[in-house]
Parts: sequence; C-alpha cells; structure tokens
Amino acid sequence: MTRSLQTRNQHLLWRAGFGPSASTWETLADIPVKRMLKKLEEESRAPFVPFNIASVTTEAYGMMDAMARREAQKKSRDEIRDMNLAWIDRMVSGEQMLREKMAFFWHGHFAARTQNSLFTQLLVNTIREHALTDFGTLLRAVSKSPAMLAFLNNQQNRKQRPNENFAREVMELFTLGRGQYTEADVKEAARAFTGWQFDREGVFRFRANFHDDGEKTVLGVSGKLTGDDVIEILLKKPETAAFITRKIWRFFVSEQIDEAQLKNLSVKFYKSGYDIAALMHDIFAADFFFEPRHIGCRIKSPVELIVGIRRILPMQLGKPDIQLLMQRVLGQVLFYPPNVAGWPGGKDWIDGASLMYRMQIPRMVASREMPAIRAKDDDDQEMGMGKRYERRAMRPLDTRIAWDQHFSSMAKVKREDLLTATASLLWQTANLPDVPSLEKHLDVSSRETYIQSSFIRLMGSPEYQLC
Amino acid sequence: MLINRKTFIRTGSLATASMMIPRFLQAFEHTASVPAGNKVVVVIQLSGGNDGLNTIIPVRNDIYYRERQLLGIKRSEALPLTDEAGLHPSLTAFRALHEEGHLAMYNGVGYPNPDKSHFRSMDIWHSASDSNVILHTGWLGRYLDAKCAGSARPTKALEVDDTLSLALKGEQVKGLAVTDPRRLFNASGDAWLKSQMAAHHAHEEAPVDYLYKTMAQTLSSAEYIYRQSRHHPTSASYPDTELAKGLKTIASLIYSEIDTKVYYISLGSFDTHVNQDAQQKRLFTELNGAVKAFTDDLKANGRFNDLLLFTFSEFGRRVKQNASNGTDHGKANNMFLISGALKKQGLLNPLPDLSKLDDGDIAHTLDFRQVYATVLEQWLDTGAEGILGKKFGMLDFI
Repeated sequence: MTRSLQTRNQHLLWRAGFGPSASTWETLADIPVKRMLKKLEEESRAPFVPFNIASVTTEAYGMMDAMARREAQKKSRDEIRDMNLAWIDRMVSGEQMLREKMAFFWHGHFAARTQNSLFTQLLVNTIREHALTDFGTLLRAVSKSPAMLAFLNNQQNRKQRPNENFAREVMELFTLGRGQYTEADVKEAARAFTGWQFDREGVFRFRANFHDDGEKTVLGVSGKLTGDDVIEILLKKPETAAFITRKIWRFFVSEQIDEAQLKNLSVKFYKSGYDIAALMHDIFAADFFFEPRHIGCRIKSPVELIVGIRRILPMQLGKPDIQLLMQRVLGQVLFYPPNVAGWPGGKDWIDGASLMYRMQIPRMVASREMPAIRAKDDDDQEMGMGKRYERRAMRPLDTRIAWDQHFSSMAKVKREDLLTATASLLWQTANLPDVPSLEKHLDVSSRETYIQSSFIRLMGSPEYQLC
Repeated sequence: MLINRKTFIRTGSLATASMMIPRFLQAFEHTASVPAGNKVVVVIQLSGGNDGLNTIIPVRNDIYYRERQLLGIKRSEALPLTDEAGLHPSLTAFRALHEEGHLAMYNGVGYPNPDKSHFRSMDIWHSASDSNVILHTGWLGRYLDAKCAGSARPTKALEVDDTLSLALKGEQVKGLAVTDPRRLFNASGDAWLKSQMAAHHAHEEAPVDYLYKTMAQTLSSAEYIYRQSRHHPTSASYPDTELAKGLKTIASLIYSEIDTKVYYISLGSFDTHVNQDAQQKRLFTELNGAVKAFTDDLKANGRFNDLLLFTFSEFGRRVKQNASNGTDHGKANNMFLISGALKKQGLLNPLPDLSKLDDGDIAHTLDFRQVYATVLEQWLDTGAEGILGKKFGMLDFI
C-alpha cells in the first residue's frame, strides 16, 4: 500500500533533511515529491557559508604558564560549544538542509574528537563544504585535516617508528571496511603516511625528514608510495564505493538492505567518480525509497530529534545551552563522537531512561519546566571541573513556542479531524493514534489548547521517535 | 491500518504491550526479604582517572617522593597497610576493612596499548574490548544477554544514575538507570503513557514494537522497584551525600530482593590536573563515608558475605606531578575489592615498579579483564569467555 503524498514528502524531508517545518506543512499534501527533492537540491547548491567562530591561537600550549593554558583551553571548549549551537541553529533554519544533513552524516563517518576549537572548525567546514561534492575530494581533505591527523596519532607516525592508527582507520572505517585488507597493508600504508603533519594554525605540512621514502606494497601496488598514493589506491577499489554506499543506505534509507538495489547504486557511484550529490539523488528519487517498509522505520538520533522538534514547533530559547544538556543526556553531542567509529545509532539510542527522557522533551518545552536530570561527566570536555553534584530540582525553562502558524494552518480542519491531521504530520509510522483514549488526555477548553495539547501528546510518544 | 493475516496472528499472540506488564511482574511477585545467599556485585566507578599512587601509597619509595615533591603523602600521614604501603588518610573505613580481612587490592591494573582519552579509556573498561577494538556493548550488558536470553529483564542490572552507562548495554538486554525509584515510579504513573500502551497494538513495524516494549518494561520495572524497595527499607543512617544516598537505595533493594545481580554507581570527578589534594580528599571522604555506612549496614543485616564491591577508574595518573599541584593522565591503576567472603585479603600483587615506567606512567601488570572474568565465573556463576570474547586467567580473591 502506497503511503499518502504528504507522508512521502515528510519522509523525504526527514531523511534528506531534519523534518517538515511549521511554515511549510500546509503544502506537503500538494507538492509532487520530485519537486520537493529538486527544491532541496537547488537550495544546497547555493554557495557554502563556513563557520567562523574559533579564534586562532598561535601560541603553543607548552609555552604558556598553567593559568594561561587553562584559560586557553576553556576558551577553546566554549568555542566548540558555540559551534555546536550554531550548527544546530543552521539545521533548524532549513537553509541548505540537504547539505547540512549530509555533513551530519559525514560527521559520524569521519568522527574525530579534539579539544582545539580551530581544528574542530576546520574539520566541520571541510565536511560541510564537500558534503555533496565527490568522496575523493572529501577523503583527501579530511585525511589532511589537523583534527583527524591529531586524533589518529599521525603526528607520532614517523620513519623508523611508525604509528599505525591513522592508516588502519583510514582503511577500516573511512574506505574499505574490515576484511578488505591485511595487517601487512596497514603496516605498509602507515609508512606511506609518515611525515603527514600539521602546524599550529592547523595547516597541513608534509615533513620530508619524517617520511619513509622506501619501497612499499599496499593492496598489491608497489613503489615508493606516499600518503597521497595510498588514498588513490583506496579510491580505485570498488570495495570503497560499496562500503560507503552501504553506510549511506543504512543511514538514509533503512537498516533493511535491498542488496540488488544497493549493488546498482554502488556501481553507479564508483563509475561517477564518487559523485555524492548524484548518489543521493538516485536514492531520493527512486521508487524503493518510498516503499512503506522504509518509511517511519528509523530511530531518530538525539540531534535529529531536537532539531526536528524545533522545526515543527518554532520557539524562542531563552537559554540555548539546554540543547547541550539534552544532547549529553541522550548520548549524542556534536563534535564529541564516542570514538572514531562514530555513533552506532539505531536501537543503540534507546534504553529505558533515554526513551523516557526523549518522550518528555516536548512537554518540557511546552510547560517550560525542566526536570532535575544530570548527564554523565565527560572529563574530556570538563577537565575534572564538571559540576557533578549540582543537581537542581525542577528548573524553569525559558522557552516560547510560536503556535500561530499551526492555528492558521489548521483553521479549515474540522474539529473531529484535528487529531488525525496532527498525527499525520507528526507520525511517520503507519498506525494512527487511538482517538478516544487520547482525547481523554487533551485540553479541550478551546480549539487552541486542543491543538497544542494534541501536538505535545503526539510528540511525547514512541511513534514520534521514528522517522 | 490494514489487518492482514500476519498482523492478526501476531496481534493475537503478542496481544498488546500493556498486557506484557502483568506477565512481566508476575515473574517476581513475592514480598519476603530475600534470604542470605543471593550474591550481588556493586561496582563503584571513580570517574575521571583517580590517582592510584596517592590512594595506595608506596611509603618507602624514594622515586615516589622525588616525583611528588609537593603532592607526595608522607609516610607518617598515610594509614599503614604493610611496611611498604599505606592508604590515603581519608580512607579510614578501608583501613578498618583491611584489618578485618574484608579488603583486597590489586596494583598495576590496566590493559595493553592504553589510551589516555577519558572517553575512550572508559569505553575500553566498559566494553572490556582490546584497546584497538570498538564494541558497542558493555561487559555487564553481555552478561545480561547471556543470562536473560528470552526473558529480557532490565532490573537484573541497575545503575543508580539518570543515564545508562555503556557497561550495562547488551545487544538484546539493557540494564536500567534509575536514581530515585520513587521519581521513576511517579513518572510511570502518567495516565497518558499508560493509555498509550493500552492503545498500542503490536503491528508489523518492528522499531515501534521495540520502543513500546522498552517503555512497558521501564514502567513496570519502575513500579516494581519502587514497591519492593518500600517493603524492606534500610533503617541504617547514611551520610548526606549523593553516593551514600545511592548506596542506601542499593541496600534497600538488596534486602527487598528484587532479582538484581549487579548495581552500578559512579563518583567523580577524579580528573585532578589542578590542586589535586583538596579534590581527591573531598571525593575520598565521600567514598569512605558511603562505603562505611553501606558495609556496616550489610553486616548488621547478615548480607555482607553476599556482597562483592569493587572500584575502578579509567586510568591512573602520571607518576611525576605537574606544575599546578596536580597530575596528568597516566596508565595502570589499582582496584579495591570488598566482601565478607574474600578468599585472599590485602595487597594481592606487588606495588608498581616506579623504576620501570612506561613512558613516565605505571605499566600494567594485570589485565582488568582477569578481574571481570573472576567476578563473572566465581561470583555471578556465568561463563566469562563468551562474555569477554576470549579466555583470561582467573584470580583467586573469591
């Protein structure tokens, strides 16, 4: 059974972006899906606007006294926090939504943690700039980014005493996937990457005196290989296209993989020279993408959940920092992936506590009350200064939801259809709410309160966790 | 929704999510205080990287005092353990437990190729993986998978916190995070959530079913924990600290015998880069007071023999102190093990060799997974190899 046009448009908006917005939902039942896709693609072709938040610290930490170093570190952490909120705002704005969604995917793929705000900024701008260009360009740029080189210890990778971390992860997680290379390939590739370093401003530097310029053999190719040669060898392998396409399928389509369709996509991706925009178009324009089994089957990540809520419920946030606490409690903080493999996703987002908290968020925002909840310490971020025991009771939350858009969009909907209309906007699952039992929990004092309480109730549900 | 035959059969057999609750609760519907003999593990995580050298102090080691000009704890101030070793002055209850033969200690605990990032090293301790392998499940989560296959019960492992640690996440079963059973119970009293569950019919969309199942289990577990913990609340007095409150909750749950085998709780932050003394002293005072009240309580109730409590931290700290009267990230560390039923007591292996450092850090001489393997096999009665992915030599403290 084909799902309605509105549901299919919402499906596209959730997967190629961060869900429908309050201002556009009236049109969702009218616009052909192809036109919606074209709109998303055109918007993201507009010139790329980099973040410019991090300050450049040219002084080495080692040269500072302890106090100056602590202050510099704090400033860096604050800037990373500001970048987190700036990126969330950008996702909410819907400007170049496909680009930001794709960059969000690459952020999990090329996962690095660094305490240096400049390096963080360079990496996020790199993946945002090349999010939809070609994978080769993206891979080359990321591999030479100071955040990745530092995170994977390539500064320590030198002639005579190689460090294999960088070479291993480039093969295992960024390109081929496990099982497509040998330990000998890792060792040899590590030698090729010796000398790949960066300076204090985060500029890539090839330091010839640290480079091992001897003969090497990687994946059957021999010669005096450099790091660049290894990247090209990896890009020549169709297995790289297959690995990336599979990961994209799991992220954008479903955990259920249609091997035949996947094979077609990956062959085309390889032949196109890794054209990411073309691959994404092939997915979003395909009939299989809209098969009912792929709709409403994906558990939203915490960032997708938070951004999605803000898109459908436009709101002023008196204290935007609350979004950081939500990210921490739910287990996904931008720029702090758990490890180089990124966030595992899917059912991993859900346990009893996280599910209950996710379902409370809409109510918290509407009632402007934040329950006393505490995230775990992250000493990589807090440096032992986390206020572990500052657990406050219920806190007021300075949020203001702008409901007018929804009231006017709903003006023509009959009262008895309001709940179903709201559900079809908010739930991508095939089931509908049980109207009689739900109505008992709605505020029926006016049409407005009825709409408001419908939204909050329907968003505080297991169904709303899915897209 | 179209009802096809398959949906109909599934709906018929699975019934609704709400019906899962009574069945789930029936499984442990008894109110008697559990008789002695039901063993439990309590894990106290010292988050942030506790400085093990100032915990178990090598009081006759010149290198220690040379590298810790200001931070070194004098022999006269340390609480004596042996000729060679003393305890941090705040750990008086640990000293008393040692005297009674209820404390065991391992030094140089760690793993090969240590990682100095808090997050990564903590994940390695939680997942019990090799340092170059990334696992998305925790060792206690996999214990749940092994024990609970088919009958998922999140109450088998409880974390006293608002969020759940990786350690307690299994592939099939996840433990439950709860700070205050009453608060969770009150949340579960939300009529809307209950009616939502009642209205939810199992359908073909597996992810939704998974979410409803998780919700049903969480709500019924909350109710169950809350009700049970009120049957046998401990009457002992505990200090007014977060950790002590958590251990008090745990004591009540142990007496009420729910089917919980593992309790997990954290204290921090031990990331003492600056002015370590005051921070470590404050945290150890909290740890000491809480552990004293808890062990006294269990002894008075005849359950101390059923307890195995252990502490760990994601890494130790550098041997040489830094310029801010603190210490930076290091490698191997020590662990405390407390029980009324220890087979071996005191310092069970040599103090770290400070003349043979691993790049300025204490080198590991004991893999932490040997401790886990022993806990799983000897205390939780579960095959360790399947859970830890390979065979680790058993230790003999229990």
